[in-house]
Amino acid sequence: MKLFEMNHVKKSFDGNIVLKNISLSVQEGEVVAIIGPSGSGKSTLLRCATLLETMDDGDLYYLGEPAAKSEGGHAIYAPNAELKKIERQFGLVFQNFNLFPHYSVMKNIMDAPIHVQKRDRAEVQKEAEALLQKMGLSDRADYYPCQLSGGQQQRVSIARALAMKPKILFFDEPTSALDPELTGEILKVITELAKEKMTMVIVTHEMNFAKDVSDRMIFMDQGVIVEELSPEELFASTNQRTKEFLGKYHILNH
Amino acid sequence: MSVEVMIQQLAGGMAKTIMIFVLTLLFSLPLGLVISFGRMSKNVLIRGITKAYISIMRGTPLMLQLLVVYFGPYYIFGVNISHGYRAYAVVIAFAINYAAYFAEIYRGGIESMSKGQYEAAKVLGYTKAQTFFKIILPQVIKRILPSVTNEVITLVKDTSLAFSIAYVEMFTTAKAIAASQKSMAPLAAAAIFYYIFNFLVAAVMELWEKKLGYYS
Repeated sequence: MKLFEMNHVKKSFDGNIVLKNISLSVQEGEVVAIIGPSGSGKSTLLRCATLLETMDDGDLYYLGEPAAKSEGGHAIYAPNAELKKIERQFGLVFQNFNLFPHYSVMKNIMDAPIHVQKRDRAEVQKEAEALLQKMGLSDRADYYPCQLSGGQQQRVSIARALAMKPKILFFDEPTSALDPELTGEILKVITELAKEKMTMVIVTHEMNFAKDVSDRMIFMDQGVIVEELSPEELFASTNQRTKEFLGKYHILNH
Repeated sequence: MSVEVMIQQLAGGMAKTIMIFVLTLLFSLPLGLVISFGRMSKNVLIRGITKAYISIMRGTPLMLQLLVVYFGPYYIFGVNISHGYRAYAVVIAFAINYAAYFAEIYRGGIESMSKGQYEAAKVLGYTKAQTFFKIILPQVIKRILPSVTNEVITLVKDTSLAFSIAYVEMFTTAKAIAASQKSMAPLAAAAIFYYIFNFLVAAVMELWEKKLGYYS
């Protein structure tokens, strides 16, 4: 089943075209990695998908429900009430975590399920404890974000997103703010989620990780999808631009 | 005049000073928040009006504003001023003046918040009201507390300006007794009162700051 679909997305900032006619769909249980140089539009794509940015033109669907449809060259968004419902389908993990600093770890995870989804507190608490255990942070439930390492904070933010039970989880460069040692912690967590068949779209600069974890890789450059292939195919690609980009990483990592 | 009688007379003024203080904060703190929203509004007209309002409130003497609020109804509209209006005039003038200062403090705090906090809240489905009152405002309060403390301490001393429209609060009382008794003692007592009042205000605010110090 198609969980997510966007068609012919266009987006520009002050005349600067960032996304040129991008189409992308994600099946249930699939892990898609998006790679590409800085400024290629990866993050903007993710921000359009998660409704943090409005598309200039294009369609956007979650589980077949339209969040926006292209009409006469413009993206027409669904009414706010509809969008609120659609927002429940996805979660987003930020590069800078964006945890709520005044809430404890536990409250960061539990607050939205209780006050947004109006779920039973006891039930949410049980799930939150299970999530923390999965993240290896059971002993940090009462800590505040400022008392945690970057890797721990990112694990809390993943738990916070998962507590909302999203159908699909987006990651916007989840390890870019972390040093290599902490990066490993996060990649391990995401790999675990992939094994559990969590549907994920991951924007990342970690090529080896992307290759290992994803079912499909998308290489973006200058606002277009250059190639969309399985990891093996992409790394064997004969496309000049792809080779050039991957070649730079190859040099960096060896 | 014995010390007891003097204290007794001053006590009435003290109560009124405290009343001005409490009511001014009660009205100006929420009003300031509303004005700060206007000041940050996308609507040019609303933004312009609140900007002008803040500019006038900060750019003219509070004592003059007191006179305008008190005498304005009579001079401008010919309405007879009742005796009881004096206390209202004091609280109105103080509240609208302090709201302008608080508005700018709130604005500074709100604009210092990172966009990421709003985005995280939006993705988690919080409504705009929930986002502001649960996520943003608590963090803003922590950030602006030192500036608010400054304003609140100034307010304690500014209450003495009510003297200008003959509202009988602490300072007016002390001055009257000093004149009739030809003594500095009432003024000294008033000074001690203001000092202790502010000492307590500062202590309470510091305690609050410490309480919010659990995160950074």
